[in-house]
Amino acid sequence: MKIRNFFNLRDFGAGLWERSNRLQRIGIALGSILLVGLLPFAGASFLATPIASYDAVLVYPVGVFVLMALGLNIVVGKSGMLDLGYVAFFAIGAYTMALMGTHTGLNTWEIMPFGVGFAMLAGVLLGLPTLRLRGDYLAIVTLGFGEIVRLIALNSSWTKGPNGIANIPMPPDIGPLKFKLDDQKVFFWVVVIMILLTIWMIRRLSVRRPGRAWEAIRQDEDAAELMGVPTLKYKIWSFTLGAAVGGAAGVLYASKNLFIAPEMFTLNVSILILSCVVFGGIGNIWGVVVGATILGYLPDRIRFISDARLLVFGTVLVVVMNFRPDGLLPRKKREKAIVKREVSA
Amino acid sequence: MFDVLIHQFWSLTIAGVALGFIYVLISLGYTMVYGVLRMINFANSEIFMWGTFGTVITNRDLFNYTQTSEPAKGWKLALVLITALLMSMFVAALTAVFVELVAYRRLRMKGTNRLATLISAIGISIALQEVMRLLTSSRPVGSPRILEKIILTEIWGANVRLDTVITIIAAAIIYFILERFIKLSRMGKAIRAVSQNEDAAKLMGVNLNRVITTTFLVGGLATGAAAFFYITVFEYTKFNIGFTMGMAAFTAAVLGGIGNIRGAFFGGLSLGLLEVYASAVLGTQWKAVTVFVVLVLVLLFKPNGLFGEAVQQTRA
Repeated sequence: MKIRNFFNLRDFGAGLWERSNRLQRIGIALGSILLVGLLPFAGASFLATPIASYDAVLVYPVGVFVLMALGLNIVVGKSGMLDLGYVAFFAIGAYTMALMGTHTGLNTWEIMPFGVGFAMLAGVLLGLPTLRLRGDYLAIVTLGFGEIVRLIALNSSWTKGPNGIANIPMPPDIGPLKFKLDDQKVFFWVVVIMILLTIWMIRRLSVRRPGRAWEAIRQDEDAAELMGVPTLKYKIWSFTLGAAVGGAAGVLYASKNLFIAPEMFTLNVSILILSCVVFGGIGNIWGVVVGATILGYLPDRIRFISDARLLVFGTVLVVVMNFRPDGLLPRKKREKAIVKREVSA
Repeated sequence: MFDVLIHQFWSLTIAGVALGFIYVLISLGYTMVYGVLRMINFANSEIFMWGTFGTVITNRDLFNYTQTSEPAKGWKLALVLITALLMSMFVAALTAVFVELVAYRRLRMKGTNRLATLISAIGISIALQEVMRLLTSSRPVGSPRILEKIILTEIWGANVRLDTVITIIAAAIIYFILERFIKLSRMGKAIRAVSQNEDAAKLMGVNLNRVITTTFLVGGLATGAAAFFYITVFEYTKFNIGFTMGMAAFTAAVLGGIGNIRGAFFGGLSLGLLEVYASAVLGTQWKAVTVFVVLVLVLLFKPNGLFGEAVQQTRA
C-alpha cells in the first residue's frame, strides 16, 4: 500500500499534504518555493539546454507557459469552455506594454494594470456576444478572434505592422536585483511570483461561489441554469480572469523580450498552451503546472523536438484525449486521497 | 473607396461566384459531418490543404509539367484535369477517413464529453498541418499552369476566363451529384436517418460506424474537389492555406445553417460574393476580418443560419 502510494505521485502528494499539520504545510510550501527559486542556478547540471541559454529558457517558454496555462485552465479546465484564441490576450498585453513603454514614461509595473485591464476588456467584449454559444461554436469564434488580433497588429500603422515594435524598456531594478538580458534570474523570480499569485487566486476562487458555479457549468450548464446559477455572468468572469492572466503574461514577455512582432502571436501559441493544459490534466492546477513545465522545457532540451514542436504537441493532444483523457495528474486527486485515508483509518 | 466596386462590379461578381462555389464544396465537408455527429470537423481545413497537394502532385510529378512548360491542349488537357480532380478527391477523402478513425472513432465509442472530441480533432488538425509544413520546408508550392487562362467572352465589360467558367460549371455539377446522392441513394438515406435520430437509426439496423465513415468520406470528396478548383484558379498552395479557407467555408456553412446541404450552397455563394466585394472596398488584407465579423454577426442574430439547423426537415 505504502509503496504503491509512492509510485502513484498524485495520490502520494495529496496524501502527504492531507496528513501534515499547519506548520508542516508551511514548511513544505516554503521548501518547494525555495527549490523552484534556486532552479536558475542548476544550469550546469543535466538540465542544461543546448541551444538557448538555460535561464532564458526558464523564463520563456517554461515560466510564461506555466502562467498562461494556468490562465487558460480557468477557462478550459474550471468552466469547460474551449478557448482557442488565448494568444489574443497575450498579444494585447504585449502590445500594451510595447506601445505604452515606448510612448509614455511609465515603467513595466505601472503598465501592468493597463495591460491586464485591456486584456480583460477584450475578454468581456468577446465574451458578451459569444459565450451564449455552444462549445464548438465558441471554439471557432475564439479561434477567429485570435487570428483577427494578429491581423490587426500586422496591418495597422500604429503597431508598425510586420516590423514590430523595438526598444521596449526593461523593468526597473528592484533594489539590488537587476534585470539583465544575459542573466535572467530576476525575470524568472518575477514569473514565479506571478505564478504563485495566480495559483493563490484560482485556489481561493475555486472554493467560493465562482468556483462552485464554474464546476456546475462545466458538468451541466442547463442544470446549473435551472438551479439559479447566473451562468452567463460566471462564464464571462471565467473568460475575463483567464484573459487577465494572459495579459499579465504578455506585458512581462514584451518587457523581457524588448521587441515584439505580429508573428510571435500566431494560432500556434494558443495550441501550445492548450496542449500544456491537456497534457498535464485539465482542471488540475498542479497537473497544468507540471504539463506546461514539461512541454515548455523539452523542445529546448531535445533538439529533435524543437524542429517538430507543433507536430509533437498536436499528437500529444490526440493521444492524451484518446488514451488518458485526464492527463498526467487528473483532477479530483485530493478528494480521492481523502476517501482513501478515511477507508484505511 | 467604392469606385473599385462600381467600376469592376461584374468582374468582381464572376470572381465571387467562382470563389463561392469553392466555399460551397468545402462547407459541404463541414455540414455533412456536423449533420451526423453534431460536431464541427476541425480538421476539414487540413483535409482541404492536403487535397490541394493532390492536384499539385498530379500536375507536377505525374504529368511532368513545369512552371515554364506550355499549358496542355485538347484531350491531353481533359485527361490531366480529370486525373488531378480525382487525385485531389482521393487524397482528401483518404485524409478525412484517417481523421475519423484516429481522432473521432475511439472517443465516440467511449461516449466521452464533447470537449475531449473537440481537442482530439484540433490535435489531428495541427499534426496534419505540421507534417505538410515539414514536408514542404514551410515554403509555398506553386502549381504549373495546366489550363491556359483564355478570355472566353466579355459580359458588361468583365472578362470571363476559362478557368472560372470550368470551376463554376464543374463545381455546380459536383454539388448536384452529392445532393442527389444524399437524397436518393440508400446510403444517403442512412446518413439522413442518423442525422435525424442516431439511436432510432441504430435500432432500424443502420450500421452507424459505416455511415459515419461514409459521411467523412463524402465530405472529404467534396472538400477535395474544392481543393482542385482552388489550385486551378489560384495555382499556388502552402501548408497553412487551410486556415483561412476553412474559416471562410465554416462561416459559409453557419451562414446557410450548418447541417443543411442547401444552406451550404447559398451560404457559400453569398460569402464568396461578400468577400470579394468587401476586399474591393476595404482592401484584401481585411478579407479574413470581414469573414470573421460576418460569422460573429450571424451567430449573434441568427445562430441557426439562413436556412436553419433543422437538417431533418430540409433534407427529407
